[in-house]
Amino acid sequence: MQKVKGKLVLKDGSVYEGTLYSTHKAVGEVVFTTGMSGYQETLTDPSFCGQIVIFTYPQIGNYGCNDLFNQSEGCCYKGLIVSELCDEPSSWRDEGTVMEFLEKNDIPVLTGVDTRAITRRIRSYGTLQGVLVPADTPDDEIQALLATPEEHDQVAQVTTKKVYTMGPEDAKYSVAVMDYGVKRHILECLVEKGCKLTVFPAETPAEEVLAIDPDGIFLSNGPGDPADLKPEIENIKKMIGKKPIFGICMGHQVMALANGAKTKKMLFGHRGINQPVRDLVDHKICITSQNHGYMVDEDSLKGLPIEVINRSLNDNTIEGLRYLDHPTFTVQYHPEASPGPSGNAYLFDRFIKMMGGH
Amino acid sequence: MPKKENVKKVMVIGSGPIIIGQAAEFDYSGTQACRALKEEGLEVVLVNSNPATIMTDVHIADRVYVEPLDVEFLEAIIAKERPDSLLATLGGQIGLNLAIELDKKGILKKYNVQLLGTQIASIMKAEDRELFKETMEKLHQPIPQSTIVESVDAAKEFAKKVGFPLIVRPAYTLGGTGGGIAHNMDQLDDITTKGLMYSLIGQALIERSVAGWKEIEYEVVRDHEDNCITVCNMENIDPVGVHTGDSIVVAPCQTLTDREVQMLRTAAIDIVRELGVEGACNVQYALNPDSEEYIVIEVNPRVSRSSALASKATGYPIAKVAAKIAAGYTLDEIENAVTKKTSACFEPTLDYCVIKIPRWPFDKFVNADHTLGTQMKATGEVMAIERNIEAGLLKAVRCLEIGLIHMDMPELHKLTDQEVFDKVRKVDDERLFTIAEAFRRGMTVDQAHAITKIDEFFLRKIRHIVELEVRLKSEELTPELLREVKERGFADVTIGKLVGKTGLEIRALRKEWKILPVYKMVDTCAAEFDAETPYYYSTYGVEDEVEDTPNKKVLVLGSGPIRIGQGVEFDYCSVHSVWALKELGYETIIVNNNPETVSTDFDTADRLYFEPLTLEDVLNVIDREKPEGVIVQFGGQTAINLAGPLNDCGVKILGSSVDSIDRAEDRERFDELLTSVGIPRPKGHTVFDIEGALKAANDVGYPVMVRPSYVLGGRAMEIVYNDDELKYYMNNAVKASQEHPVLVDHYLMGTEVEVDAICDGKDVLMPGIMEHIERAGVHSGDSIAVYPPRTLSEHVIEQIIDYTNKLALGLEVHGMINIQYIVRDEKLYVIEVNPRSSRTVPFLSKVTGISMVDVATKCAMGVSIREQGLEPGLKLFPDYYAVKAPVFSFNKMTDVDITLGPEMKSTGEVMCIDAQFPRALYKACIAAGTHIPKSGAILITVADQDKDEVVPIAEGFEDLGYELVATAGTAKFLEEKGIHVGRVEKASAGTPNLLDDIKEGRICMVINTLTHGSDATRDGFKIRRSTVEHAIPCLTSLDTARALYKAMGAMRRRHVVSVVALQDLKTE
Repeated sequence: MQKVKGKLVLKDGSVYEGTLYSTHKAVGEVVFTTGMSGYQETLTDPSFCGQIVIFTYPQIGNYGCNDLFNQSEGCCYKGLIVSELCDEPSSWRDEGTVMEFLEKNDIPVLTGVDTRAITRRIRSYGTLQGVLVPADTPDDEIQALLATPEEHDQVAQVTTKKVYTMGPEDAKYSVAVMDYGVKRHILECLVEKGCKLTVFPAETPAEEVLAIDPDGIFLSNGPGDPADLKPEIENIKKMIGKKPIFGICMGHQVMALANGAKTKKMLFGHRGINQPVRDLVDHKICITSQNHGYMVDEDSLKGLPIEVINRSLNDNTIEGLRYLDHPTFTVQYHPEASPGPSGNAYLFDRFIKMMGGH
Repeated sequence: MPKKENVKKVMVIGSGPIIIGQAAEFDYSGTQACRALKEEGLEVVLVNSNPATIMTDVHIADRVYVEPLDVEFLEAIIAKERPDSLLATLGGQIGLNLAIELDKKGILKKYNVQLLGTQIASIMKAEDRELFKETMEKLHQPIPQSTIVESVDAAKEFAKKVGFPLIVRPAYTLGGTGGGIAHNMDQLDDITTKGLMYSLIGQALIERSVAGWKEIEYEVVRDHEDNCITVCNMENIDPVGVHTGDSIVVAPCQTLTDREVQMLRTAAIDIVRELGVEGACNVQYALNPDSEEYIVIEVNPRVSRSSALASKATGYPIAKVAAKIAAGYTLDEIENAVTKKTSACFEPTLDYCVIKIPRWPFDKFVNADHTLGTQMKATGEVMAIERNIEAGLLKAVRCLEIGLIHMDMPELHKLTDQEVFDKVRKVDDERLFTIAEAFRRGMTVDQAHAITKIDEFFLRKIRHIVELEVRLKSEELTPELLREVKERGFADVTIGKLVGKTGLEIRALRKEWKILPVYKMVDTCAAEFDAETPYYYSTYGVEDEVEDTPNKKVLVLGSGPIRIGQGVEFDYCSVHSVWALKELGYETIIVNNNPETVSTDFDTADRLYFEPLTLEDVLNVIDREKPEGVIVQFGGQTAINLAGPLNDCGVKILGSSVDSIDRAEDRERFDELLTSVGIPRPKGHTVFDIEGALKAANDVGYPVMVRPSYVLGGRAMEIVYNDDELKYYMNNAVKASQEHPVLVDHYLMGTEVEVDAICDGKDVLMPGIMEHIERAGVHSGDSIAVYPPRTLSEHVIEQIIDYTNKLALGLEVHGMINIQYIVRDEKLYVIEVNPRSSRTVPFLSKVTGISMVDVATKCAMGVSIREQGLEPGLKLFPDYYAVKAPVFSFNKMTDVDITLGPEMKSTGEVMCIDAQFPRALYKACIAAGTHIPKSGAILITVADQDKDEVVPIAEGFEDLGYELVATAGTAKFLEEKGIHVGRVEKASAGTPNLLDDIKEGRICMVINTLTHGSDATRDGFKIRRSTVEHAIPCLTSLDTARALYKAMGAMRRRHVVSVVALQDLKTE
């Protein structure tokens, strides 16, 4: 990638200069994530599709990259912003630098910037559209880029193109996975719990999914605005009540939408691996990994047979729902971690139990 | 769940004196805990023998007992106060051990006291090696192949099975006392013998060494509802093999994958849950650098040094949260004090990195073994916060105050390349600097890694610093290059040196090019939430987060890391100064870098800057904050040294002026003052070379006291008795020059008296006078001090008042002044004057009831003594005695001579108060950890010049029923005086000699004085060291011995355990 003086220009006009490595100009929604470890898991998380991501931790790439950590095939960021990328990693796992990874995936990266200053900006003003461009880019070109309409097809970009299966044939449970941009480790967790998975493209009609007669259905995480997923939501409506359903992140949101609730955009979202969540069922507090910019609107739940089972300890927003009329529960956070704390895998057990397991 | 209903009155155990392995971190955590409990409306009874702390201030706890941390005294306090609860997990290992003992002896049960926080059973599971092993096995947590032994033979047996190297870890000790790595049977024998001795329960763990693995720590907090979080993880740059307290540490972990981070996090939480910890806990791991294999090294079920570091590194107040949990709260019920919006139930995330470097006492103990291993040797530590590792490392180096501003040690320049490369192998306090030097000489990262096992990631950061040096030397200094090196933490002085300019010139250039630091906030959440805490660090970024306020501001300089000669007492002073300034309506700013202290708590000053205390770093803060002035008189020599340079840069020094400081420190100007007011001092001269020294010594007459000018803590100070000794001193101990003169004074043997006074320019307030038990010649910091004085005549006291007035007014002191006098033949001589706060200020403040720093700060700000409602002059003496006794850490420092002399050696102090002097002294001895035997044999071996003097002392101990033993010469002498003395063989004789007697427990105490200029010194050294290794008292001053037998006599006649709360002292 070419190394030039570059900058991030936010829609509110603020400019942050640094060193840009890129082959093209980038535009996207600028978000920040606060995890101190697991940069590769974060880079390969499809839920970030279409976004320019800031890593608030300033030293990134210290242990290099290894395919083992990938959560998807590549990286679907529009761009990355870091304070410093380590060019000589040190680890027995190291099989290449983050810069090499970015180059391979053609992701522009701005380094040497005051990432904390940008983070503070976004925290105060909310998520903003931004561009990553060479420093000498004319202003009208920047304005034109900033005016690029928002994307609405991120899920289509990251979902599997064809049905595939995972896990042993003789597994105890058969689970249909609706892939809105699923993280690899979710699938691995389910397999580990004794599931055989059939992974479907996001828009697969419900009939086709139900045709395999799974023991349960899993709705995955994914990028973008859940309200954009109209066909997916219609399909979910047809699956409700037919099978036990478990959803994570996007899966949580689209299930709420399919049940008549609403979602809304958050000021700057929850992105990090230190988010405390209260489990209202057993009163435990869990530290969770999160990555979402939308949430289920609490007011829209009024009168619906839906119970809130998890809440964020920080802002009291909804982090988990249970559906009273059908065997379904969903969480906004990521029990599969990767990156992040691994103490929440019990949710997968809960799903297994719903499918008749113990 | 709200706080526990049945908790109304809580006893908190502090950690006692500062020793190696247990420094100021427990003042910080204890103070936080007491405040947290008081916030809940609980009555707090505090016990801590250390007077130099904030936590023993009368307003930190409702009842403050500065008493020995000993079960007998604790029981007396419990009986008197009848607390319903005890909190023991915030007083370090001492507190924990006492809680176990109180429980074991049934005292808690007897008085119906419940233990708050982590329970005994949990503590035992972590502390008892066998239970720990069982617990880890139950959890399938890997621990090193090991065995628990109670004998050396058992250790050897194990070694035959698993081979070497082996680590010996004694159970229930502090800072790894007595531990070590054994590479062969002999070493194993030696280390195990000592280890078993230091272990409170005579147990040691022998384990397979995993030296070279990564050492990782997790700080965990859990509540009784089983909510459990990790506050911080930390990676030691020094791999396993160096005690974590002696390791350079970085937070968060830098070289671990998320899988590794989460694997160890999960293990930590599993362990803490299984133990049932309620509060804070620390888990240490060794992680194989080539796999995901790990082992659990150690678990500390309490607040620790690491938790203090983690608190300061993240902003998460672990001690406060632990105290609230003990009071019954759950994590989610406790507010996040930093954001004020979220709860304490979360895990901090950093957007910076933190570097900790230990501060070692090798500048004082030059001859000590500098090798770092499993036994901790550092007295303190510094912490630096930056946005990259290089800058963090360089900032931390500047914080250390070891005369270096950069990772470049001039002593290494002299070495050949090969010598430098060889030195990289040495695991010592200079390794970081040696590695940098080796890179300068062409060593590769791979080579350095092969030798040191330090991760290449860190080595490359050090190499990067060296690469930048080369660029500065070879390239033109452009704004881009200057910004780049500033971003990587280079000091102006360093840059200047490399490009041929002064530091101030670089500073001017930076200002011209607008390359200025910005200050960012430590907020626990990487800016995700708006934070309320004004806790800042500097970095060369874009956005500055400091909010401007219209208030009048004053900046207080802190005192940096804890070291011998500059301990927690100066932190006490800085904190009090901040409080007094707040009272006067100023907005207060503190600059300091010691993570273990109250002064660096984010709610002490209005604004905290975690920065090195160098001219550049302080000026940058001043540029940003524009305070009215700077207070330097409370930050020890660190701050005083900055007064002149700051003043030269146009900064206003509040209180006593730079000129006043100079007049006290500059020999000639000081002599002028003394002459003008007619105060005598021991005759002396300033010299610049050996010839001058010899001439001066013969003029003033031997013995003479020699020392370099401008010293604190008696560094390189000695008493010499003849020309030969003087020559040796001048050649070896100091580097005399025109810039660094040496003072030669006649040594006057007499009673040493110390005064701390406050002056407002017109009047002088003298809260008290302290008399030392040891004669002049023993450093005042190592002497036992008594308040009020016991032997001074009316006449002498009047002279003291007169001289103190004259000196304070003559020096135009505005604030604090410390004066040391010698009384000889009813005549008073002045030996030293410091127009600043001294180490005795907290002691004197506590025993006189006058909060001296508050008064002095107000004087410095122009509020007179009378305006403060105080009467100038000497305060009337009370009807009790307070004794301050020094505490040493000799058991951590091999090869150090324990003889007391002009060079300060103690690391901490204790205080005890009683209506009767002997009882106060006796208590102080117990508090200082001097285990006075009830009976047994006392070995007397003294220099010829001391033989007459030792006679009544020997008689005294004989009367108390002790058996006396001595070598032939001394024995004969004493027998002639009618004293019964057994014979022992000299140390230089064949076995069995007196060293064997000590080793095998036949001698319970030693009285030994230093023989001058004879071969016997070596024997003496061996005797003294062996008393340390075998933990028996050794008195090296006859004054101490005399006072001690008298005190013991009084205790024999009437053994009374009396305790008194500071609140009950009738100071008026």
